Amino acid sequence: MPDAINYWPLIGVAVVVAGFALRRNPVLVVVVAGLASGIAAGMDAPTLLATLGKAFVDNRMLLVFVLTLPVIGVLERHGLRERARAWIGNLRSLTFARFLTSYLALRQLLSMFGLTHVAGHAQTVRPLVAPMAEAAAERELGTLDDDQRERVRAQAAATDNVGLFFGEDVFIAFGAVLLIQGFYAGHGIELEPLSIALWALPTAIAAFLIHAVRIRLARRVLTRRRSGVPDVPA
Amino acid sequence: MFRLEHLYWLVAAFLLASAFLNLRARRWSMAAFWLVLAAPFVFGEAILAAHAAGRGWPAQLMGLGVIVLGLLATLNPLKAPVDEAAAAQRREADARRFGARLFVPALAIPLLTALLYFASRAFASHGMHLFESRAQSLIALGLASVLALAAAMRVTRAGVGAAVHEGRRLLDSLGWAILLPMLLATLGGVFAASGVGSAIAPLIDALIPVDNRLACVIAFAAGMVVFTMIMGNAFAAFPVMMAAIGLPLLVAGHGADPASLGAIGMLTGYCGTLLTPMAANFNIVPAVLLELRDPYGVIRAQVLTALALMAVNIVLLATVVFR
Repeated sequence: MPDAINYWPLIGVAVVVAGFALRRNPVLVVVVAGLASGIAAGMDAPTLLATLGKAFVDNRMLLVFVLTLPVIGVLERHGLRERARAWIGNLRSLTFARFLTSYLALRQLLSMFGLTHVAGHAQTVRPLVAPMAEAAAERELGTLDDDQRERVRAQAAATDNVGLFFGEDVFIAFGAVLLIQGFYAGHGIELEPLSIALWALPTAIAAFLIHAVRIRLARRVLTRRRSGVPDVPA
Repeated sequence: MFRLEHLYWLVAAFLLASAFLNLRARRWSMAAFWLVLAAPFVFGEAILAAHAAGRGWPAQLMGLGVIVLGLLATLNPLKAPVDEAAAAQRREADARRFGARLFVPALAIPLLTALLYFASRAFASHGMHLFESRAQSLIALGLASVLALAAAMRVTRAGVGAAVHEGRRLLDSLGWAILLPMLLATLGGVFAASGVGSAIAPLIDALIPVDNRLACVIAFAAGMVVFTMIMGNAFAAFPVMMAAIGLPLLVAGHGADPASLGAIGMLTGYCGTLLTPMAANFNIVPAVLLELRDPYGVIRAQVLTALALMAVNIVLLATVVFR
């Protein structure tokens, strides 16, 4: 039986790994990988091009988020990020760790109710969350240097990702739950979406606890970097 | 009824305007990039209709377009936009002048998205379908963006031209990174059509001791993470790993509970998503948006969370799945 399987399409996976290792442009790597797998599977050029083109059109919904860019662009040009920073800067009790942990909880809860598109890197992180996290960190630590600023921003983006990923699977109408249900149904196992979604809860809780601790640790790393710099008030 | 296609026309208009602005500034390759990318949004329905009717050439032409996009991407490397001191001063002044009013349009995006989404579902449950039912939250997001743009233009007294111009600037700085998710999903489709999944299954069987339950669990978890990292999303990895290990070895062989295996297995794949630059919309796009010098800065901030969660998931897989 193993002789009947054509292993050559796996070359596409190898192309992705090699292209990434050689730091080629990812877009080009992915296109070449698709072409390589298709050719290895014995597709002729017209079929391969049509498969590529149709799959591309089928997935165009992933680009709808660009509609938020003009809004964010206009507001930023008129000082949105500066304003967000100033506002958080005035809230005395809101620390860096408290702010990001609250955002993590909020993002996870919203995702659990299916509101995955409410927040995101373009919608909320760049215009609001990152500048607010910076302001909170600055109130605790004084002016941030480039390295600290970079860490704060990266942590804001990471927090958004963790909140989204480990919240959305608890929502029964979310694609992943339906994909799991559909996969089993296709193999003769009938499941209720709710029974799948509920099993995402333990990991969701673990994700919140682990990342909340990581945010606190990130705050300590920021302080340690600060202590190397002599001329700044504690 | 409001359909996803209406949003696609808006996306097309924005991409075409960006292409035009780049053309006027003589940035030829960037202009060509947005022009080609507008094609699936302008002609998408027509391409799919032609394909369904058995006429292949529109989809083939789009396939050629994808190859062209791959080549154009190499001509437009990502770079952070330069910020001039004068512009920064003007922003500070505007921030003081407009004050808290600037938050209204920004917060309107999430609030209106939520409102429109719930309104659409409420109406749909009474038989009135305002939005195409398979994409309610996405349509809500698109409409919320349009309404928020109107609010932003009112608050800042910016015109449509200025809005498109600012949007174009952000779009240019995101560059090819915004295309990667769409392309990876495309690659998943091509892989499925060329039989990559069925080639992987026998390889895995040859590599692990299938009688050992823990070895199977670990191979399944590691396979989800690694394949998710290669493909950039867990959705592509799930059917492959389930067909190779999940169903034959864990469910049929060792009596695993399918519901918890599926849910926790998928979330194990998500740990891989936190670790890979292939998940560009989550890991590379924000690094560009936040103007980080290190393109892998976001991934670095996620590594420990991802590894700790992977360990938790393996423990869950090895215990609760075999109740």
